[in-house]
Amino acid sequence: MYKYNEDDQRIVEERAAQFRNQVKRRLSGELKEDEFRILRLQNGLYLQIHAYMLRVAVPYGLLSSEQFRMLAHIATKYDRGYGHMTTRQNIQFNWPALEDVPNILDDLASVQMHAIQTSGNCIRNISSDQFAGVARDEVVDPRPYAEIMRQWSSFHPEFAFLPRKFKYAFTGASEDRAAIKFHDIGYRAVMNEAGEVGFMVYVGGGMGRTPMIGKLINEFVPEADLLIYTEAIMRVYNQFGRRDNKYKARIKILVHELKVEEFTSRVEEEFAALNNEGAVPLDRAEVERVSAYFTDPDYDDLPENNAALEQQLLDNKDFSFWYKQNVLDHKKPGYAIVNLSLKSPGVPPGDITDVQMLMVANLADQYSFGELRSTHEQNLVFADVKKDDLFDLWQALKELGFAEPNIGTLQDMICCPGLDFCTLANARSIPIADQITRRFDDMDYLYDLGELKLKMSGCINACGHHHVGHIGILGVNKKGVEYYQITLGGDATDDAAVGKILGRAFPEDEIVQAIEDILKIFIDIRDQGERFIDTYRRVGAEPFKIIYEEFSLKGAGL
Amino acid sequence: MKIIKDKAIVEDSWVHYHGEGEMPDGNVIVSLKVWQETDLSGRRIGLQLEPDQHPKDISDDLDNFELIAINFPTFHDGRGYSYAKILRDRFGYVGEIRAVGDVMRDQLYYLQRCGFTAYEIKAGKDINDAIKGFDDFSVKYQVSSDENLPLYRR
Repeated sequence: MYKYNEDDQRIVEERAAQFRNQVKRRLSGELKEDEFRILRLQNGLYLQIHAYMLRVAVPYGLLSSEQFRMLAHIATKYDRGYGHMTTRQNIQFNWPALEDVPNILDDLASVQMHAIQTSGNCIRNISSDQFAGVARDEVVDPRPYAEIMRQWSSFHPEFAFLPRKFKYAFTGASEDRAAIKFHDIGYRAVMNEAGEVGFMVYVGGGMGRTPMIGKLINEFVPEADLLIYTEAIMRVYNQFGRRDNKYKARIKILVHELKVEEFTSRVEEEFAALNNEGAVPLDRAEVERVSAYFTDPDYDDLPENNAALEQQLLDNKDFSFWYKQNVLDHKKPGYAIVNLSLKSPGVPPGDITDVQMLMVANLADQYSFGELRSTHEQNLVFADVKKDDLFDLWQALKELGFAEPNIGTLQDMICCPGLDFCTLANARSIPIADQITRRFDDMDYLYDLGELKLKMSGCINACGHHHVGHIGILGVNKKGVEYYQITLGGDATDDAAVGKILGRAFPEDEIVQAIEDILKIFIDIRDQGERFIDTYRRVGAEPFKIIYEEFSLKGAGL
Repeated sequence: MKIIKDKAIVEDSWVHYHGEGEMPDGNVIVSLKVWQETDLSGRRIGLQLEPDQHPKDISDDLDNFELIAINFPTFHDGRGYSYAKILRDRFGYVGEIRAVGDVMRDQLYYLQRCGFTAYEIKAGKDINDAIKGFDDFSVKYQVSSDENLPLYRR
């Protein structure tokens, strides 16, 4: 993974010092809260219901074991012994004291980490395919470009006070695992016939209260133009994005209001002008410098088939379930990609304790070249595990509680912190997630359901990505009472779609039953082996609406 | 009034006039409306742009202005950063570009990187503290008005 040079290191250290000064000025009263708020948000520091919350950047989801140990240390020393993996591959701490945050930043800087631009109306931490570099379907490794973009966007002087937050995602594989069409800008790295790298650029995707699918505005931005083209998009947005209404301030609204043709022509015009003014193209040499940090680790040459593993799979049914559900093919023969499930009954999705972090760091050292990844589905990944080691690793993960064989199933839901923590939320989400995990705990049933993306948000801001859940749950509030709306048919992948509201919202004590009823209908009408999303696309919402009749009309009438 | 100019604290030699009351004597910074509607002959003129007044609308008139002030009614409205860049890079404006309004220490590093050269620090903030904001970072990744080459080529 990327290693900071002196300059990179100095920037994070100077950032920590700058923020220390800002905190000091806040505590002395020199900075008013409405001034400090903008500054602290640009450093990922929110004021939540109970306490401050600090969001630490995990650039494109890549972590070393050393970094993960430091996160464990922070959880122990400054928090209540746990952290929370977010839906943008970052990690949040829910209980730091304001006075401690500068010290946390120093600790982070000591392991080449930071909280720069993890919130605020600026370019946020960049997310990426969690299987970058090891996926079999990868065309171009997006990580070097994500790192170059991380550097370019860090303290970019022109774009620190945008109309609204701004999120980039990268993929370089044929399957989109980074939801690039639901980002402000999504980049798909591709290769042309001459073997040159370029980017398909999607603009104006997003969730929130107005979900939209990103529009392809350029099919091939050459590597050399990546930053200039991005600058052109950002400048058009910074000047013309709406600032009169924060709910209409995202770039998706600008693209929508201008129409994509006009938006694109403004970007092209700005791009031409920037080139005319002597903009500096991205150097091939710089791409090569950064790419050198993302070469393959020291793999052994191993046969693809492993007789011992085959035998273990035959001998142990639980191991074989886990293998089938949580382990993926690796580009290198004899290796595998292992998903660590952070979804188990009784634990909020994505939560991990300090002790678990330390154990995971040790396992990463032992089994996966000392690295791990975070995923936007709030799980962790060991990207480079020898097939020989899988059985031992599985046993270790079972003890940690991270071997639930539920990746991609209904239990692998993503979920925002909800009203238990968040000032924006209308309803709790974690307790509903817990009810669902407990209700649907029969693995045979879950496997029979097949791939099913359930995503839940506690409010319309959609941090839990409910719009792109095959089944989405949205918390709403009616006269002080929490209700839950169901959407069906969302999809974050290449077949991007925004889920549609099924009907009235359900109260807390009915929502899980409603989900169960939907699944019963699905099982009745699905074709053999069909995924929920495919059934939905085939038959539409109508057959599922019958649940309202059977619910004796107890719904809220929303 | 003291302002920061070329990274030093100096006495300001300009006064603002945005159309209310009598126009003061001396070098005057005026709003677009005043400039369009008032006889300003014989004076040195600065023009103040609001966030919804784009520099392209005055690009043919830049020779008239010894300075251009860009107003930040709130510091989280960042349009002025792009305006300064465009004034410098696109229209070749070489006069003073001054940040006015909700301007304090924490923006100076960004502002100077975008081509601003003067700053009216908002009331209630210590200008001697504010000037330290230029030094928040000693390393910068990007090309900008103050830097012709990206970090990796320096």
